[in-house]
Amino acid sequence: MARPFKLPDLGEGIHEGEVIAVLVAAGDTVTEGDPILEVETDKAAVEIPSPFTGKILEVRVKPGQIVKVGDVLMTFSNGKEETTSDEPPSPPPAAEPPADAGTAPPLEETPPTAPVPASPATRRLARELGVDLRRVSPTGPGGVVTAEDVRGHAEKGSEKSAAVSAPASPEPAAAGSAPPPLPDFSRWGPVERTPLRSIRRVTTRQMALAWSQIPHVSSQDEIDVTRLEEARRRYKTEVESSGGRLTLTVFAVKAAAAALRRFPRFNVSVDLARGEIIRKKYCHIGVATDTGDGLVVPVVRNADCKSMTELAVEIEDLVERTRARKIRLEELQGGTFTLTNIGASGGRGHFSPIINYPEAAILGLGQARPKPVVKTTGDGQWKVVPRLILPAVLAIDHRVLDGVDAVRFLEFFRQMMEDPEKLLLSA
Amino acid sequence: MVMGELTQETELLVIGGGPGGYAAAFRAADLGMDVTLVDISPRPGGVCLFKGCIPSKTLLHLAELITDASRAHRMGLRFPPPEIDLETLRAHKDRVIDQLAGGLVTLGDGRGIQRIQGRAVFESENQVRLHDAEVSRIRFRHAVLAVGSHPAPVPGMPYRKGGKIMNSTGALAFSEIPKTLLVLGGGYVGLELGSVYAAFGSRVTLVESRDRLLSGIDADLVRPLQNRLEKRFAAICLNTTARILREDKDGVTVRLETEKEGREEKFDSVLAAVGRKPNTSGIGLENTRVKTDARGFVVVDSRQRTSDSRILAVGDVTGGMMLAHKASYEGKIAAEVIAGQPSAFDAAAVPAVVYTDPQIACCGLSEETAHREDRNVEILRFPWKFSGRALTMDRFDGLTKLIVDPETGRILGGGITGRESESLIAEIVLAVEMGALAQDIGLSIHPHPTLSETEMEAAEIFTGSAIHILPRRKP
Repeated sequence: MARPFKLPDLGEGIHEGEVIAVLVAAGDTVTEGDPILEVETDKAAVEIPSPFTGKILEVRVKPGQIVKVGDVLMTFSNGKEETTSDEPPSPPPAAEPPADAGTAPPLEETPPTAPVPASPATRRLARELGVDLRRVSPTGPGGVVTAEDVRGHAEKGSEKSAAVSAPASPEPAAAGSAPPPLPDFSRWGPVERTPLRSIRRVTTRQMALAWSQIPHVSSQDEIDVTRLEEARRRYKTEVESSGGRLTLTVFAVKAAAAALRRFPRFNVSVDLARGEIIRKKYCHIGVATDTGDGLVVPVVRNADCKSMTELAVEIEDLVERTRARKIRLEELQGGTFTLTNIGASGGRGHFSPIINYPEAAILGLGQARPKPVVKTTGDGQWKVVPRLILPAVLAIDHRVLDGVDAVRFLEFFRQMMEDPEKLLLSA
Repeated sequence: MVMGELTQETELLVIGGGPGGYAAAFRAADLGMDVTLVDISPRPGGVCLFKGCIPSKTLLHLAELITDASRAHRMGLRFPPPEIDLETLRAHKDRVIDQLAGGLVTLGDGRGIQRIQGRAVFESENQVRLHDAEVSRIRFRHAVLAVGSHPAPVPGMPYRKGGKIMNSTGALAFSEIPKTLLVLGGGYVGLELGSVYAAFGSRVTLVESRDRLLSGIDADLVRPLQNRLEKRFAAICLNTTARILREDKDGVTVRLETEKEGREEKFDSVLAAVGRKPNTSGIGLENTRVKTDARGFVVVDSRQRTSDSRILAVGDVTGGMMLAHKASYEGKIAAEVIAGQPSAFDAAAVPAVVYTDPQIACCGLSEETAHREDRNVEILRFPWKFSGRALTMDRFDGLTKLIVDPETGRILGGGITGRESESLIAEIVLAVEMGALAQDIGLSIHPHPTLSETEMEAAEIFTGSAIHILPRRKP
């Protein structure tokens, strides 16, 4: 008897991927846990381990093929399946649907899905209020939908239902109407079409979502990093011997972490459905990285608790692996704030970064360059001196933060960056 | 009542007074409707009351007493074999039935329901013709069809009242205890009635064409029962078919055939329990828009509505699990739907009970179904040999089993083999319906020493806190 192995749910709304490599062939015997496939999803290459110990009967996919969650990848012969597989949680499981054991097929039938767990009284309430249980965000233990959940959902009205719950479509809740159809561009010259894939596809989705949901306000500043650069050069070699690379980004992450500790209002997400601001008590900072194929943001966890050296080592490792497309999905999740340094690629001026939804703010840095700066001398005269200037821009979500918050955050950040000793003291 | 051509009008006509019909009628009346209940018998109750659940459980209770009395021998209490007074027994059975039927009459009359004895045939989608009744025709605004089912006939084996080949109705009449009895069918009816006759002294041979008994129930739940029946029955023949050769005054000669061989054997009586068929022929459905499927069951949606907007159907006639409690549940839904309430059949777990000794009860997702559908589940088994209460009752051949979601521990289904499982299963039904987790059952204190503790301890296997069983070694 052939046991099919289907592509498991890889989490976070990812429901398809491209097969990069097939590591086994029909006839091979494998042990549970052996890697059998490599699949690239929107963000990362994922190794799929074998769920069974047994012999492979048939391999149904090949490199380059796009597979969806639930597609049969290969079949095994009568392997003993361990119930503790490392498949991620399955969608809300339930008892048999009512039409079982040879009932005469019903007439009009709602599409069969696994029944949503909810007590009989709650199910009845849902019917009374005209609420579709599948669209309600459950708060009961183990994912049970409670009567309060149903009532809350009914009050919010159906326009909120698109923003919540399990079988979430990856498309963003569009704020306006659908855009008009595109013209036929080939009318004016030759064109070429490429499908939106992988990183580009997720970026398209993510940016449209962030821009349409978040009212952005940007504040700019110019930071004198002359002394920071001196410190960097001084300690560079020492950090290198620990395996890290001491870059301006490392200082910026440290300063941003300190600023987030000082201004916890920036370390939040807003939950419109429930009318709440979620304050995170941890500080995970994403470092936007260009991979060559697009923008990926690996996350430095607990950046506020790490030393400069530790940060230098970790950021170097994350960025390297991200560029090599070896970063793991979990390493791209859980960020509370993002830093995007286009200066590293040569970007010279200010720009207007887009916040990494569902975070509340983003800090953008350009390339530090020598510029003339006016300083006041001891006797009150103005003097023009050359200093190394770093352009910085902070974009905030004006729903949860105000201009004055941005001013204060940016001021604090600037002070940390202009005076490295202050930065070390605040850590 | 005036005889002659009389057409009555009613808001809701319920056809069939069994558990589905009378539940619909009573609920509808409570919701304020004008209800007429038609049944071929003078009193409501249907097959369940007169020829099914009630008489069979009355007999099974006595069978249990006989079995328990003989087992008490090894515990120091010696009873002589019982003297069986069939006349008194039948009278007792009839008294039980009579009392319940009387109760249903009171409940119906007390609600102002009009009861008519007769056989209803549809003339159109809003009118029935009544045969053998005081009223000739009824025109209705709505109807609930609850006409039930009958024992499936076996080709070449005609049932005759007083004959040696009987169906469940004949078997429950209990006119005599045959010396040897052939039971055809390894489902719950065959096993229950076979157990009754075996307890009362028949040598019972059971024949089943499939390779297992109770094929819809997980094998590990059936095993303890099968072990016991193999000792109590003369023989259990799986993968075997039976053909009647002839019937004469001293018995029935039957040819029993397996794949490899066949033999002839003579039995005093034969009980055929091979399924039930819906009562959908000869009731005029062709004059309505009600649709039936290939096997004759009425097609309904989750609100018990048929293809004809005026007519709903409930119970055995709609197929599915042909059980009285499913019929009653559907009857109430039908009444509520007609009254405009948003009711629907959304039960997550319909329980089923086999009243053998030990009993088997199950509900929700079974292990075999999960396996067949490739669903990831965890199985929690608590054998009754670890149950203090089971040992005090000298009934340790039991098993409590929960089927749960491996991530959350949500109860998806369960099965219990053992005495009293008929009542124990209700806790699991509630758990499934509420979306409860194994942790919820585990943290609810169950009294000691009881059989219900086995449910708590099975649940605690999931959380690793079960006391009376060694913890699993984590892989």
